Amino acid sequence: MTAPIYFWEDIAPDLSFETASHKASTEEIIEFAQEFDPQPFHLDAEAAKDSLLGGLCASGWHICSLSMRLIYDAFLYKCAALGAPGIEEVRWRKPLFVEDTVRVKVTVLEKRSSASKSDMGLVKWQWEMLNQNDETIALLSSWMMFSKRPHPHTPSEEHA
Amino acid sequence: MPWFEDVKIGTSSELGSYTFTQEEIIAFGKKFDPQPFHVDPEAATESAFGGLIASGWHTCSIWMKLMIASRTDDPVEEEPDEDGRTPPRGGPSPGVLDIRWKKSVRPGDTISYRTEVVEKIDLKSRPNLGIVRSLNTGTNQNGETVITFLGQGLVERKAPLNTAN
Repeated sequence: MTAPIYFWEDIAPDLSFETASHKASTEEIIEFAQEFDPQPFHLDAEAAKDSLLGGLCASGWHICSLSMRLIYDAFLYKCAALGAPGIEEVRWRKPLFVEDTVRVKVTVLEKRSSASKSDMGLVKWQWEMLNQNDETIALLSSWMMFSKRPHPHTPSEEHA
Repeated sequence: MPWFEDVKIGTSSELGSYTFTQEEIIAFGKKFDPQPFHVDPEAATESAFGGLIASGWHTCSIWMKLMIASRTDDPVEEEPDEDGRTPPRGGPSPGVLDIRWKKSVRPGDTISYRTEVVEKIDLKSRPNLGIVRSLNTGTNQNGETVITFLGQGLVERKAPLNTAN
């Protein structure tokens, strides 16, 4: 396991970054849908054409889960992250159609210390999933919890 | 499901229960959310959570699974209306609001999900559709709430919204 590099203090209040891009295959979209969201517009290209969404596209929960993975691989893997208490809002703005290439733009909006835990801080950030045409697929805003940097070593530790 | 006009606020239904296994928690985590406390039982023991826990997105995805299963297993027989139109199937969602992961879901936990219609919203921009908001909850075997969120669904109207005024 990689040792955490980024503590709460290390996350700049104006941090913004983009994840790597990911091309969503038909197979992975159908696989997620079969397990979690077996609706015709996530499973069957023919049925999807006649749906409100207009074509075979990913489950909204797949969009969220895939965003999570892209953000983990780009940033969270190196953070002392402690999970999220929840998500304020998820907006599914446009379908993620099969073979779309998507990435997530992450923008930190706000930071604060935890009121109850002195060794923890929170970061509010926005995730925006974009497709290859820079259209917004989904927008999400959430608080995430991070460990604060441990107190500086005491002299006894320094010389241990 | 019923037409938008026929959806009643306060209508609730039990969506069923699901037991999260350690294997499934780890498999979901490895695919989508490989933070140590979702994928590595040993590292999870050292974490703030004290053990392996399910990704919040897994808890949400299982809600979806049970929601779809409950529609399929228990299809409400809707009569065609006077024009011979059959009532709508479940439609897409514009998004969800206020997801709260209130307690961790751990291997072996059985979560029972429930949904209740709490609000109906007219859409002037799309007079053939309305938004139905539902409060969804997941409760573990000890009666503790592990997740709540507001779901939203686009539901077809029987007759277009009168946008004249």
